[in-house]
Amino acid sequence: MTDNTSKLSVNFAGVEFKNPVIPASGAFGYGREYENFYPLSVLGGISVKGTTGQRRNGNKPPRIAETSGGMLNSVGLQNPGIDYFIENELPYLKTKGTVIIANIAGSTAGEYREVAEKLDKTDIDMIEVNISCPNVKAGGAAFGISCEGAAEITKICRAATKKPLMVKLSPNVTNIADIARAAEAEGADAVSLINTLLGMKIDIKTRRPILKNNVGGLSGPAVFPVAVRMVWQVSNAVKIPVCGMGGISCWEDAAEMMMAGAKIIQVGAALFSNPMAPVEIIKGLENYAGDNNLNNLQEIVGSVKVWEQ
Amino acid sequence: MKYVMGQYPVISKSNLAKDIYDLTVLCPEAAETAVPGQFINIKAEGFMLRRPVSIAGIDRENGTLRIIFEVRGKGTKEIARLNSGDMIDIIAPLGGRGFDTQSYETAVIIGGGIGTPPMLPVAEKFGKNAAVICGFRNASAVILQDDFNKTGAETILCTDDGSAGRKGFVTDALDDVLKLKKPDIIYACGPKPMLEKTAETASQNGIPCQVSLEERMGCGVGACLVCACKSIRDGQEIYAHVCKDGPVFNSGEVLFDD
Repeated sequence: MTDNTSKLSVNFAGVEFKNPVIPASGAFGYGREYENFYPLSVLGGISVKGTTGQRRNGNKPPRIAETSGGMLNSVGLQNPGIDYFIENELPYLKTKGTVIIANIAGSTAGEYREVAEKLDKTDIDMIEVNISCPNVKAGGAAFGISCEGAAEITKICRAATKKPLMVKLSPNVTNIADIARAAEAEGADAVSLINTLLGMKIDIKTRRPILKNNVGGLSGPAVFPVAVRMVWQVSNAVKIPVCGMGGISCWEDAAEMMMAGAKIIQVGAALFSNPMAPVEIIKGLENYAGDNNLNNLQEIVGSVKVWEQ
Repeated sequence: MKYVMGQYPVISKSNLAKDIYDLTVLCPEAAETAVPGQFINIKAEGFMLRRPVSIAGIDRENGTLRIIFEVRGKGTKEIARLNSGDMIDIIAPLGGRGFDTQSYETAVIIGGGIGTPPMLPVAEKFGKNAAVICGFRNASAVILQDDFNKTGAETILCTDDGSAGRKGFVTDALDDVLKLKKPDIIYACGPKPMLEKTAETASQNGIPCQVSLEERMGCGVGACLVCACKSIRDGQEIYAHVCKDGPVFNSGEVLFDD
């Protein structure tokens, strides 16, 4: 069998990835738990758990509810804080032979700046700015639902670091392309989308929401077509590269997302039922590249031929 | 924590009570390392999330794990369709901390409802040095009494309505047991109010107590942080996670007010 491994390599926002498959922030912790299943070096990269200026406790449980074709979560950015991450998790991750992406969040613009400044002094490969977490009361999605908010946070992070900066967008907006343009205009090197869609699940026996937070972020196959549509819209609206995510659970989904315009992709909720999902997706994409005589898988990016209207 | 994932054969199945099923799974790799209190995460065909089920029996010699679960919704109903000879998709054994059965000589072991099965391997460790108190809603919900009797432990059965054993809660039976003899440790698994009351009684009597907790779970391995449980660590209130930090906790660490 021919080795198609090298056909998956991609330069994304100036960073070399051996393949375009990355476990998504929040679904993969800081990677340690999944080393039980495979060496992290097989992955294109890792987007680590969203990290804030200070340690956060997160929301009250229950924090998860299964829905048709998906799940809601309301973790609320539980994390040990940026100093702990830099001291205890990053050095370990950097020995793993894969691209490490720090996912950062904050309640205030100042908190985003503080975290970005601290990471700028480290050997982190890339920063993903989360302006779209639907589960925290202050900050988070509040910045991501307006062009002004997205611009403000992108600008402040841009000034704080020279690291490649990827802004993670919320789907809970009227026009996601406008938000992407606002991030691009303030110096984002890339955008990633979509974060979760705000949803709710009610227990009909108790007439109470399953989630103690009442509402939470929907992910899983249920959101996939929405994510494909938004990635397509955004990749047509900006010049910076797009990282696509939202409900990807198999290599066919990954290929579809890339055809919509994503150069790289992230896998989140699929990990819960199948921890091997990223590895299976990489294998599937390698076979696809080989079977279709591609020199590089990037040839399919944005290749969707839409019908004329 | 070291766990395996894959398809393993179901080698026996039985129905213990209404909606309660008992499966034996051949998985020598997991049986080899599993300890009482750990759980396995089962894929239900067609569902996003795996279903965590506690381990009710560990047989290293035959390489099997026994699991007992209740059909609570569509996912567990799907798992209940599996028969002897079918393959079950599991990640096992999970749980960063099981029951510490090494450090104590005598025990009182308490199980409430579907919290009873994980106490069986604990009872097997102690044999006649344990008293086992099991509580159920009524006679038709009672399970595993023969199994507990076989361990050699003194067994006390309670039902809420008195239709089997003594009428009342397991915690009332615990009070009576403690009047006669104080064990080195109390172990418990069951509904939260039962665990809270047990923890309180243990604390009043100065007896260590370990409780196994349940919470809605995502990944099962400690990455997604959804199965939060409020606890105290180094004097600080934190959300620990049932799958990785537990499912067994020292009762003094757990804050039951959430």
